[in-house]
Amino acid sequence: MSLKRVLGATTALTLCSAAAFAQDTTITIATVNNGDMIRMQGYTDQFTEETGIGVEWVTLEENVLRQRVTQDIATGGGQFDVMTIGTYEVPIWANQEWLAPLDDLPEDYNVDDLLPAVREALSVDGTLYAAPFYGESAMIMYRTDLAEEAGIDMPDSPTWSEVMSAAEAMTDKENDIYGICLRGKPGWGENMAFLTAMANSYGARWFDMDWKAQFDSEDWTATLNDYLTMMNEYGPPGASSNGFNENLSLFQQGRCGMWIDATVAAGFVTDPDESTVADSVGFAQFPNKEGVDNHGNWLWAWSLAVPASSDDTDAAKQFVAWATSQEYTQLVAEDEGWRAAPPGTRTSLYENEEYQEAAPFAEMTLESMNAVDTQAPSVQEIPYTGAQFVAIPEFQGIGTAVGQQFSAALAGQVDAETALSNAQTSTQREIDRAGYGEN
Amino acid sequence: MARAVSNQRKAINTAVAWIIALLIFFPILWTILTSFKTEAEAIADPPSFLFFNWTLDNYTTVQARSDYFGHFWNSVVISVGSTILGLIIAIPSAWAMAFVPGKQTKNVLMWMLSTKMLPPVGVLVPIYLIFRDVGLLDTRFGLVIVLMLINLPIIIWMLYSYFREIPGEILEAARMDGAGLRSEILYVLTPMAVPGIASTLLLNIILAWNEAFWTLTLTAANSAPLTAFIASYSSPEGLFYAKLSAASTMAIAPILIMGWFSQKQLVRGLTFGAVK
Amino acid sequence: MTDPGRNPGADLGGDMATQHSRSAARVMIAPSVILLLLWMLVPLGMTIYFSLLRYNLLMPGANPFIGFENYAYFLTDPAFQAAIWNTLILVAGVLFITVVGGILIALLLDQPMWGQGLVRILVISPFFVMPTVSALVWKNMFMNPVNGLFAHLFEFIGLQPFDFLSQAPLASIIGIVSWQWLPFATLILLTAMQSLDSEQIEAAEMDGASPFSRFWYIVLPHLSRAITVVILIQTIFLLSIFAEIFVTTAGGPGTASTNLTFLIYLESLQRFDVGTASAGGVVAIILANIVAIFLMRMIGKNLDA
Repeated sequence: MSLKRVLGATTALTLCSAAAFAQDTTITIATVNNGDMIRMQGYTDQFTEETGIGVEWVTLEENVLRQRVTQDIATGGGQFDVMTIGTYEVPIWANQEWLAPLDDLPEDYNVDDLLPAVREALSVDGTLYAAPFYGESAMIMYRTDLAEEAGIDMPDSPTWSEVMSAAEAMTDKENDIYGICLRGKPGWGENMAFLTAMANSYGARWFDMDWKAQFDSEDWTATLNDYLTMMNEYGPPGASSNGFNENLSLFQQGRCGMWIDATVAAGFVTDPDESTVADSVGFAQFPNKEGVDNHGNWLWAWSLAVPASSDDTDAAKQFVAWATSQEYTQLVAEDEGWRAAPPGTRTSLYENEEYQEAAPFAEMTLESMNAVDTQAPSVQEIPYTGAQFVAIPEFQGIGTAVGQQFSAALAGQVDAETALSNAQTSTQREIDRAGYGEN
Repeated sequence: MARAVSNQRKAINTAVAWIIALLIFFPILWTILTSFKTEAEAIADPPSFLFFNWTLDNYTTVQARSDYFGHFWNSVVISVGSTILGLIIAIPSAWAMAFVPGKQTKNVLMWMLSTKMLPPVGVLVPIYLIFRDVGLLDTRFGLVIVLMLINLPIIIWMLYSYFREIPGEILEAARMDGAGLRSEILYVLTPMAVPGIASTLLLNIILAWNEAFWTLTLTAANSAPLTAFIASYSSPEGLFYAKLSAASTMAIAPILIMGWFSQKQLVRGLTFGAVK
Repeated sequence: MTDPGRNPGADLGGDMATQHSRSAARVMIAPSVILLLLWMLVPLGMTIYFSLLRYNLLMPGANPFIGFENYAYFLTDPAFQAAIWNTLILVAGVLFITVVGGILIALLLDQPMWGQGLVRILVISPFFVMPTVSALVWKNMFMNPVNGLFAHLFEFIGLQPFDFLSQAPLASIIGIVSWQWLPFATLILLTAMQSLDSEQIEAAEMDGASPFSRFWYIVLPHLSRAITVVILIQTIFLLSIFAEIFVTTAGGPGTASTNLTFLIYLESLQRFDVGTASAGGVVAIILANIVAIFLMRMIGKNLDA
């Protein structure tokens, strides 16, 4: 170990002196293969030109990415200088002191421009630990043409029963049109993101104040039953393996009447190059159950963070500041139009008239994001914070196990009751082992 | 094969064999075809088999997005390197086991094979920590070592099986002539062993090329081979069948072509002592 | 297994091997044994050590010694039993399909025909495809219930598209894996078949033996050793199938396609619970060795023939 330290120190010295002469530093960035990130890769050269810092990309599918970066940061592997992580990881990792604080961002970065909900989700005790690249809440995207055909007038803020009757009216299985598409693929960030938000809007909660799992509650039963009814009767075949990407592709092909998912999808479904239904998409707020004042509380921001184990923190921070700056947004907008600008991070974007004009979904996105309360995602009393997830380290494992059960229920392998009781057992087992209920 | 066979029977054989062969090959063929379609054509219903607008766009996009040749070169270095290193260690070992067997030879061999049953995910963290401490994370050398160790048992076993088939009389004759141990290996055994070694080499290059767990978890930007390249094309946003097909074709083409050209050599030694 | 001395080379070794060549042999074997011993013992030692600790990567701190708690936790996991069964079904299913299919295809390829070389090339091709790619291709372009080729085909003949990966997840994975390994089995069996003395067959033909009894009494016994080899090698690889499951079903729906490797993966890379994952690793090694011993007992004698 000590040898490694000496070597490390020597390398650091060499790097410093090298950087002083010519800026030939290279940083390694791990990111997810989503459209906005791939676009960002395209602009790498501009960053290198401006700063002289070289950039190497490691682009991976979401699940693989998450494993790689968590593994690396938790063992101090130091293979990445910038990591793409979400609002779930940031507070947990920051508390472990794994992330370098972003308290020295340049003046013109304009931190106060970040959307308050997003900024709060990425901060611990007022210090920012990751910069948002794009942010999202969730909302309903629906086909205005199909709604009209079916004689439906979609309200701006519908209830679940209104959504269900709309789904029924729009379904036309003969022509491969399914009233509603929702996530069914197991995973804490896939079907459980949606189902947790849906449960929030049904008034349900994951745990009570004594950390007892709540899948035996009426609220969860109602949530799962209604979800299964919608998907079985009005959903597409194979829904239990559909995640965000699969549903996006279905919606773009014109197979879905409604799709309730991340607001970021709006940019894709209204893109005439990619989507066959680009000019007939309407937007509405995430539904709630009658009498429950909660619209899901979905908040996510793919963010760039610098691990404390990086050996080039300064260059890494320079990149983070550049990629999440207003200039970057401007750059993308000039090149590819305002609709392509990364959404959901800055107030200035939503005040921009050009953006409002180019992006018909801007208003609903902002409204949804501002409605989120990450401190109290459920209307009931809860011992945790979060959103469409529970912000504890164990949630990845728990959420995925529960997601498997609900996905099995959707596939018809088990009934709803069994799925709920399995979820209850496995969650309680895990949470007891971690020792949450003890104090 | 002196049996007289009627042309009619030969024709039936041919037809049945071709149908089955094409069915088995079809998924690969379909992937290659899809890689030349547009994304919309890739999911068209009914699917078009040959009559679509052939395009190279997907390949251009993939090449623009990721450094194919960098990944390709890493794959070559890692698979060939680990196989050659493995052969250097395995040949003497297998030779000794085949020609100077002791009471424990068979057990040692079985024990070696059983090390292959170590589930990689179970030992990931130990290996990751060791690699971190000796500075082998994200290096090609580190991967060469790991893949060599993973495949070493198979290499030794293949060579052992093959060497056992070499008739002992030849050795006896050589020894009568006063050949020493070294010249025994160099001049007598090696030429006879070449087909076996060649086929071991090929099989292990294939296994190493396709290894997808360690190559993905121990690499970042510098040493990532084609298995990591593919991981950035699985389930992205939007339509992706055509791009996925192009990336897949690029990832499997080198080894597929190598396999086709060397299949005779591959088959010749692929006996594991199974043929008398 | 007990008598390795039946090698023609070994007979000679028995008589002539001097002390000198024996020690030379030991020197030659040593590097590989030492390397594999290190490869086995160092990670295994660390794994056993970790399996006795409470050690979660996400919660750094003291990693207290907790005895066998991790083992208890892993073994009482409701998914554990399902995982054992799925592992066995997966291995057995693929072995069955590849051995039977391999024999049939090898028999066919052994017949005279036009374009034999090309046919062989086509048949062995799937073996060169990396597991991740083959899983991605099968999942998206064939088994997808909306855009997959099978769905189009089903609709074309007027049937409801079948959702392979959620209605029959394990069977679908067995199918994908079998496709990958069929060429390997075919190749080995074909090589063995071609070494069969054709005079023997002709003699049997003269005696009026039916094609079936020729196959049953002459060809099949001749193949027994090759079949053993296929089973042994494939079992080693099939016990730790991972990429195909990870890409296609992620172990689901429920635990319908979770095998032991995937269950350990969930502990190690989803929960980052190194302690429990290590315990799972140790359990898997023990089970794999039981399977190995079982296999050797059952078919090992063939290897000495």
